[in-house]
Amino acid sequence: MWWLLNSLNIPLSVETVCVFTAPIFSANAAWATYLLTKEVKGTGAGLTAAALLAMVPSYISRSVAGSYDNEAVAIFALILTFYFYVKTLNSGSLFYATLNALSYFYMVCSWGGYTFIINLIPMHVLLCIVTGRYSSRLYIAYAPLVVLGTLLASLVPVVGFNTVMTSEHFSSFLVFVIIHMVALVYYIKGILSPKMFKVAMTLAVTIGLTVCCAVIAIFIASVASSPTKGWSGRSLSLLDPTYASKYIPIIASVSEHQPPTWPLYFVDINVLAFLVPAGIIACFSPLSDASSFMILYLAISAYFSGVMVRLMLVLAPAACVMSGIALSEAFDVFTRSIKFQAGDINSESSIAQNDVSNVDSNATTDKSETVSKEPSRKNHEKEKEQEIVKKVTSKSQNGKKLLVLPQEVSAVVILLLIALGGFYVGHCVWTTATAYSAPAIVLKSYTPDGLRVFDDFREAYAWLQHNTDVDDKVASWWDYGYQITAMANRTVIVDNNTWNNTHIATVGAAVSSPEKAAWEIFNSLDVKYVLVVFGGLVGYPSDDIDKFIWMVRIAGGVFPHIREQDYLRDGRYHIDAHATPTMLNCLMYKLSYYRFVETEAEGFDKVRRTEIGNKKFELTHFEEAFTTEHWMVRIYKLKLPKNRIQGKLKNKSSSETYSSNQTRARNTRRNPWQ
Amino acid sequence: MAKSTSSDAQMLIRSLRTAYAATPTNLKIIDVYVVYAIVTAVIQVVYMGVVGSFPFNSFLSGVLFCVGTAVLAVCLRIQVNKENKEFKDLPPERPYADFVLCNLVLHLVIMNFLG
Repeated sequence: MWWLLNSLNIPLSVETVCVFTAPIFSANAAWATYLLTKEVKGTGAGLTAAALLAMVPSYISRSVAGSYDNEAVAIFALILTFYFYVKTLNSGSLFYATLNALSYFYMVCSWGGYTFIINLIPMHVLLCIVTGRYSSRLYIAYAPLVVLGTLLASLVPVVGFNTVMTSEHFSSFLVFVIIHMVALVYYIKGILSPKMFKVAMTLAVTIGLTVCCAVIAIFIASVASSPTKGWSGRSLSLLDPTYASKYIPIIASVSEHQPPTWPLYFVDINVLAFLVPAGIIACFSPLSDASSFMILYLAISAYFSGVMVRLMLVLAPAACVMSGIALSEAFDVFTRSIKFQAGDINSESSIAQNDVSNVDSNATTDKSETVSKEPSRKNHEKEKEQEIVKKVTSKSQNGKKLLVLPQEVSAVVILLLIALGGFYVGHCVWTTATAYSAPAIVLKSYTPDGLRVFDDFREAYAWLQHNTDVDDKVASWWDYGYQITAMANRTVIVDNNTWNNTHIATVGAAVSSPEKAAWEIFNSLDVKYVLVVFGGLVGYPSDDIDKFIWMVRIAGGVFPHIREQDYLRDGRYHIDAHATPTMLNCLMYKLSYYRFVETEAEGFDKVRRTEIGNKKFELTHFEEAFTTEHWMVRIYKLKLPKNRIQGKLKNKSSSETYSSNQTRARNTRRNPWQ
Repeated sequence: MAKSTSSDAQMLIRSLRTAYAATPTNLKIIDVYVVYAIVTAVIQVVYMGVVGSFPFNSFLSGVLFCVGTAVLAVCLRIQVNKENKEFKDLPPERPYADFVLCNLVLHLVIMNFLG
């Protein structure tokens, strides 16, 4: 996009483009939601759903200006793909099928969650077939998508041949075969007489069953031979929520991968949470292919969002669409009843007037035809008017199941619905302001004596930038990798994008080991500085000691000599006097609590709310380089190895400068050329 | 029992044949194209079985292309078939235009993937 804008001679820097990409795509996503809901229900529902999506906190959390994550784009691609799918279902034109495949390709390019689409759409096709809603439009919607989609997905290097090798895509192929068989059956049914069809069926069933069994046997054998049955780690952790914590601690440790709490549903999608069931019912009243698709999408995404917080994002569009449908249907009913009531009262009070518009408001066209035929006969006008009014009332009472409620009730309910919308808007704005737009680097807290700002992170990164060499490498936990790279401009060992498990496990092993072993590991990585985040002085809850559990687990996954049991006492982590000796000696403990007793807290950790166990100790292999104002970030420097002096047994003093001076002096004295 | 099934099968085949002969010619042309594409795909699979699956992407693109054109031709046939009531509201040239467009996209993708 930057390239495009620059070629159009609009000079924008790359950062500006990065910052604004997400909001632009979220605007596009709102438009796509409108299109999708218009296909499912109608324009009124479309507008409501788009307005809801524009503000839903869950999606805003991913698309604030400045968050250059790929999910803002991915959700737009997701909604667009679904829109094209539904459009193809409704219209049956190959053009939209092609657009469907292309937008699916866009989705594959942007997010790994594309497997959701490639499994949801086959499931929907299967649902349609099973409920007897097969039609040729279904075939046109699905079959080209599978072929083109598989091809396009294989083009993306990350996916490559996974499209035909892993189990995640098998459902699409399976349903592809099934839909062909169903299409064939329908075709033969169309051209044969019923008797012949019966014969064909029996024949086909006997032959088909044997062939099917053979194919399934081969298939199961090939799939069962691979250890994870062909599923990738990501999908497995979704299907079996306990899988990740057992086998892949790194995936389990990301806080976004934890199951969401109940209040989080309300925070993220607010009012929509209880409009969604109403939407489901509204979808059932004329059950079309499109509305059955929406119901399936909602159900599946609701299940998966219960597994992982991050997937609340996928639930958000479905919830918006459903609530949009519900809201617009509700408005429809109430405004219609108000209009009808108003029309009724008017025609009763003004019988002299031949008011066609009043009759029109009752939504049946033949009544207006009868009225328009009448105006010439003025002498019978009065009786005709009364007859028409009676016809109108009786027709509306027993015609087309139009729901009509008393006028006052509908007026009150409409006002309440508008108030509901107002609550939603207010909540969204509040959530966005407090939770999702505060830069997480500068923290603030409201103490009785005013606002207290903790600028420790930036303080530490600025120190790093100004007081270390450009080539110095910094080791920290991977959460801070990006920040250090960007703000301190130093090389880090692991950062937020590291997917090499061993890499992260090495750093974890280093901080879980005693000092000497840790020093060895860090020295082998050519690390100069170690950065630790410590919240015990001010009560900052998510510091490195809190994350220590995961460091041990991840390290233990790769290095078997680090056993989680060594750090636990009675199955819990302690840092006080009950802590195990391994815990008290590990590097993380030492680096966090070095000289902690000298502060005003005197060894009382505010986050863990205990006094620490090992209070006074010296660091032998590290020296403290910098600690920020509130002790939140602590930087330590690796001590150089003590010089080994050959032969003479020198008294190894603690300051290496003294010994290095000595060696330097000795060396110059021994210079043979002088 | 066996005799009745075999006679039933013969009757079935005969009735299938007569019913199929009744289809108009342009649909038959499309059917021939579909059969041709599938036969090509089968030949490619057999070739891969003989020679081995390197390079895999070429094999994949070849087979999927054949399947793709077959599918697209079937879609075209569905849309062109006058007996199909669902497509009355589309202008008659639309299916052909769509078919051409989709095949264009398919060709593009295949040539990219062929390596």
